[in-house]
Amino acid sequence: MQWQSTDVEVNRSDGTKNSETFTPAPAKDQFQEELVIRPLHSGDIYASFQFRTLWDTDFLQEGQKKVSHYRLFPKSLGQVLSKFSVQELHISFTQGFWRTMQWGQPFIPSPPGAELWVWFHHTVSDVDGNWKELTNVLSGIFCASLNFIDMTNTVQPSASFKPLGLGNATDHRFLRYATLPREIVCTENLTPWKKLLPCGSKAGLAVLMKSEKLFHSSFHSQAVHIRPICQASFFSKSWELRQTLNVVFDHYTSGQGKKEWSLFKMFSRTLTEACPLASSSKVYVDITDNPEGELFELSPATPLLSQAVVLGDRRTYSVYDLTRAETFGQLRSFNLLLRWKGDSGDMLRPLLHAERYVAGFGLQTGEIHTVIYNNHPYRAFPVLLMDSVPWYLQLYIHTLTVTSKSRDNKPSYIHYQPAKDRHRPHLLEMLIQLPPHSMTEVTVQFERALLKWTEYTPDPNHGFYVGSSVISALVPSMVAMSTNFTQDQPLFSSFVPVKEESSYFVRVYTEPLLVNLPTPDFSMPYNVICLTCTVVAVGYGSFYNLLTRTFQVDEPSPPLAKRLANFIRRIRGVPLLA
Amino acid sequence: MGLLSDPNRRKALTNLLTRLNAPICMVCYLAAIVWFMGLAFEPFTLRTYMSENAMGSTMVEERFSSGERALSLAKEFDAHKRKAGGMPMEWLVKAMQARGLEVFTQSFSRKLPFPDENKERYMVRGTNVYGILRAPRAPRTEALVITAPCSPGNSNNQAVGLLLALAQYFRNQIFWAKDIIFLVNEHDLIGMQAWLEGYHHTNITGMEYSPLQGRAGSIQAALSLELSSDVITSLDLILEGLNGQLPNLDLANLFYAFCQKLGVLCTIQGKLQRNDWDTAEGYTHAAQTMMLMVLKQACGRSWGDHGLFLRYHIEAASIRGINGFRHYKMDVATIGRLLEGMVRKLNNLLERLHQSYFFYLLPSLSRFVSIGYYMPAFGLLAVILLLRALDLWVNLGAPALEAVDGVTEAEQPSGPGVLTVLTPVVISHLTGVALYLLPVHLQEMAVEHFPVSETEAVVLTAVAIYTAGLALPHNTQRLLSGEGTEQGWKVLKLTALLYLAVLLGCTALINFSLGFILAVTLVPITASMTPHMPKALSALAMVLLSPAFTILYCVFIYQELIEAPVSVSEGWMLFLSVISQGILDHALYGSLVYPLLALFIYPCWLMFWNILFWS
Repeated sequence: MQWQSTDVEVNRSDGTKNSETFTPAPAKDQFQEELVIRPLHSGDIYASFQFRTLWDTDFLQEGQKKVSHYRLFPKSLGQVLSKFSVQELHISFTQGFWRTMQWGQPFIPSPPGAELWVWFHHTVSDVDGNWKELTNVLSGIFCASLNFIDMTNTVQPSASFKPLGLGNATDHRFLRYATLPREIVCTENLTPWKKLLPCGSKAGLAVLMKSEKLFHSSFHSQAVHIRPICQASFFSKSWELRQTLNVVFDHYTSGQGKKEWSLFKMFSRTLTEACPLASSSKVYVDITDNPEGELFELSPATPLLSQAVVLGDRRTYSVYDLTRAETFGQLRSFNLLLRWKGDSGDMLRPLLHAERYVAGFGLQTGEIHTVIYNNHPYRAFPVLLMDSVPWYLQLYIHTLTVTSKSRDNKPSYIHYQPAKDRHRPHLLEMLIQLPPHSMTEVTVQFERALLKWTEYTPDPNHGFYVGSSVISALVPSMVAMSTNFTQDQPLFSSFVPVKEESSYFVRVYTEPLLVNLPTPDFSMPYNVICLTCTVVAVGYGSFYNLLTRTFQVDEPSPPLAKRLANFIRRIRGVPLLA
Repeated sequence: MGLLSDPNRRKALTNLLTRLNAPICMVCYLAAIVWFMGLAFEPFTLRTYMSENAMGSTMVEERFSSGERALSLAKEFDAHKRKAGGMPMEWLVKAMQARGLEVFTQSFSRKLPFPDENKERYMVRGTNVYGILRAPRAPRTEALVITAPCSPGNSNNQAVGLLLALAQYFRNQIFWAKDIIFLVNEHDLIGMQAWLEGYHHTNITGMEYSPLQGRAGSIQAALSLELSSDVITSLDLILEGLNGQLPNLDLANLFYAFCQKLGVLCTIQGKLQRNDWDTAEGYTHAAQTMMLMVLKQACGRSWGDHGLFLRYHIEAASIRGINGFRHYKMDVATIGRLLEGMVRKLNNLLERLHQSYFFYLLPSLSRFVSIGYYMPAFGLLAVILLLRALDLWVNLGAPALEAVDGVTEAEQPSGPGVLTVLTPVVISHLTGVALYLLPVHLQEMAVEHFPVSETEAVVLTAVAIYTAGLALPHNTQRLLSGEGTEQGWKVLKLTALLYLAVLLGCTALINFSLGFILAVTLVPITASMTPHMPKALSALAMVLLSPAFTILYCVFIYQELIEAPVSVSEGWMLFLSVISQGILDHALYGSLVYPLLALFIYPCWLMFWNILFWS
């Protein structure tokens, strides 16, 4: 839902700033690229790339001949969509944790590691089979360990993940969701991701993506979202492929004390042209906090401004249109420079944020605590909490407690699917009402299972990961909350707040957990096996011996003289000696 | 088994064991002592080596150079500490925030069961301040901790200064894979306990604390810093933690490796390493170092702020700077580089430290004695108890065998009643419970009736109950229905021997030093005790080898070993303070030595005391 606002904004800027498009608008497919740069309150810089490919075709329609002619849309993905009858696909690779308390909300949230969720078309009969094959294919396409997704970490959330595109299928039997919190994201994932772009990394905004700079950052997340949407005609279904890449650069480690940023410093490249295939190519800089230019200074300055409501907040952006020659100036190169002047120290408090940790010590039991904060001063709102916990943490669901303001807070909806050992994870979904300005704590105890010795990872003492919990909520909008926006709005528009702006959709991911399980000393097995076998053999042998043997008291054998005497006596027929 | 299934050979074996019982026991005891003393002899020990692959081959380059800044920060901290009269919370929060950390505070309060006279505190109220350096591109699952206590007076300012300088330097580095928590804790161990309990959301000691706001996943390792002067001549590594737990040996190896690399003098137990192992002095030196470690480990208290981490399976050590007026000096920047190197190596860890030993003794920093080498010393002592028990068992069984033969004694009671054995056992244990419970609970009454302070009241009550327990045998006998029989004391002794063997065995598995020290003093007297010995002499011997006297000897030996010998009266005062500290450690941090001694070892010893006065 947060995309809607962006869509609106894109359309609006298209309309007002009549950008001359490079390619004459084709009927079938088009490509847009944009980069949003947002100076964050903490002094860091958030850069978010979005590339959108639209195509008026239908991969899933039966009876039609197979789609085989690809232009802008990547063929590898198109084939996957039609082969596995995918209705909607969302995949993200993230390295690092989004620090909501310092950075606010991201445009597109994603959990650390890899996340994949897919809605299959309702005609699919064997969803699990398709899912398994799909993960293996995607694993090859993105060079990631998605093939580790199996039934032990796949869940079917009943409420938390709704389709974002066309289609009113809400039967969660066609939904599969999995995360791999351990997945490390690196250049090998970035390269195939870049190859999906029509211009590759040869032209347009994608030239900025030099991996050594992108991975020299505090946060890195790349994603691919595919969904069917309505085209302008409202009758034809078209497919949208949205590739996003979000990076946060740290002003401490790379700024060398100077708070000064430029495209060149961030990416060690400058822009020289837009992607020739793109119908629109823009760079936005968020200047909402800097209306008078007292906080930072932008050069080159641009006269183009754009306003949009993003994540419930009215933001103002400076826009640089890369399809226009004057953006690049005399030098034929566009290097945006941002020089900080003041110091904005005040930490913003996001309306909703959450954290999670494991309590307790020892290797037998523990407790998962999820703490959700509602920082809205007077509005309560409901959130959907989804937890997927691997089976080797055996949840004691009867110990589940939800407390807000030290009072019991009964969830209005609970969907719990217990785990099956080695087959299925726990799935816990709850609808919780968060009181205004409160902290809500969800706790549940668990016992650590003893794994079979082949089930341990090669580095068992590192611990085992539990994926992030997902908190989805409609958060009351800042715009609706603020009172001063009436100044630049017509009075008639602000008496009753517009419905779309009164709340906005947010998804918050907590940190993943690292839990230690009871681990045998793997340097020992050989010794242990040898020793136990010996002990068992010796012990068993002698006990068996003792139990089965019959005991008799031995008559001591008579001395030789006596035996001789008896021998003679026997011959003579005389009674023997005792 | 074949040996045992043959009645003749079995008889021969038991005959041999009973006939040679006393000599075998003597030999075992001597062998145990010799074995133990031999552990410090260098050719018998192994050289330490780095087991953990992630910390081994990849040497890191240290670049920390802001020693001057650390010292100026220390001065600033000192000034603010004086102004605030305790933890300068606001200044510290600002200082950490200015260095780009996420800063949080935790307040805690704790009322001690009785005033701590060593540290002069009773109602403790304080604040911990900690800043988290978030590792770039890490998902908050792992963390390292560096702590510096905020101590009263002039001490430890340099540690806080260095901590802040390190935070500033670390913040500018890109290579962190684990979050780093910089913690300044007030009231040393109490603050540490509050922080650890808050971090793990547990409450095992009745501490009151405010919940923590910021966390960084599971803590992999921790280092505690203690620096009190601008110039340092050597660094001392402290490993002994709560209940005698030790961190993984790799942590000590890491410290030693970096001391070698940077040319820093390093000590353990405050003793430098010597190279002349083949001389008598060299051996004595190593033996003294090892004995110090044994004594420190045996007492079960945490010898630095690191000690409390070990309960949570976090490998931790304290590093203490010592200004020993040697002419070889080093500045704070060198120590900073050493810490940088250690933290970077720990940052490289892929798994928790687990490769190396958790049970070891260190005669020097470069030599170690592993569990496989030191356990036989204890085993030889434990075997004495079992041999004596076997001897008694055979003795008890012999007349019964004759009865089976069908001669005269069929009408004799087949054994002493359960009552005769059970009564002393129960009464001894009740005395133990009294020793455990009463001192703390009766302090108010004691203070009312006697002109003593609370602390003295607690300690003196403990001593009084301990002594009163000695009068028990006479009272127990009165409770018994009849005369104690010959068989009665044998059964009681058999029970007591096996009980002691199990107790010491379990103790030695967890805390070898404690088990060994107790075994050395308890085994000879318990093994030889019978009611037929001269009463006065053996009573004296028993008292002199009782657990309380063991503590007293340990105090004297410890003082001797740290080269601060004390007179008898000073030793007595120290002994009393050791008892009060032991009780406090139990109440505050959950140390188990006091309950072990009061509830198990002392009652067990009382049972033998009972046997001596068996009539």
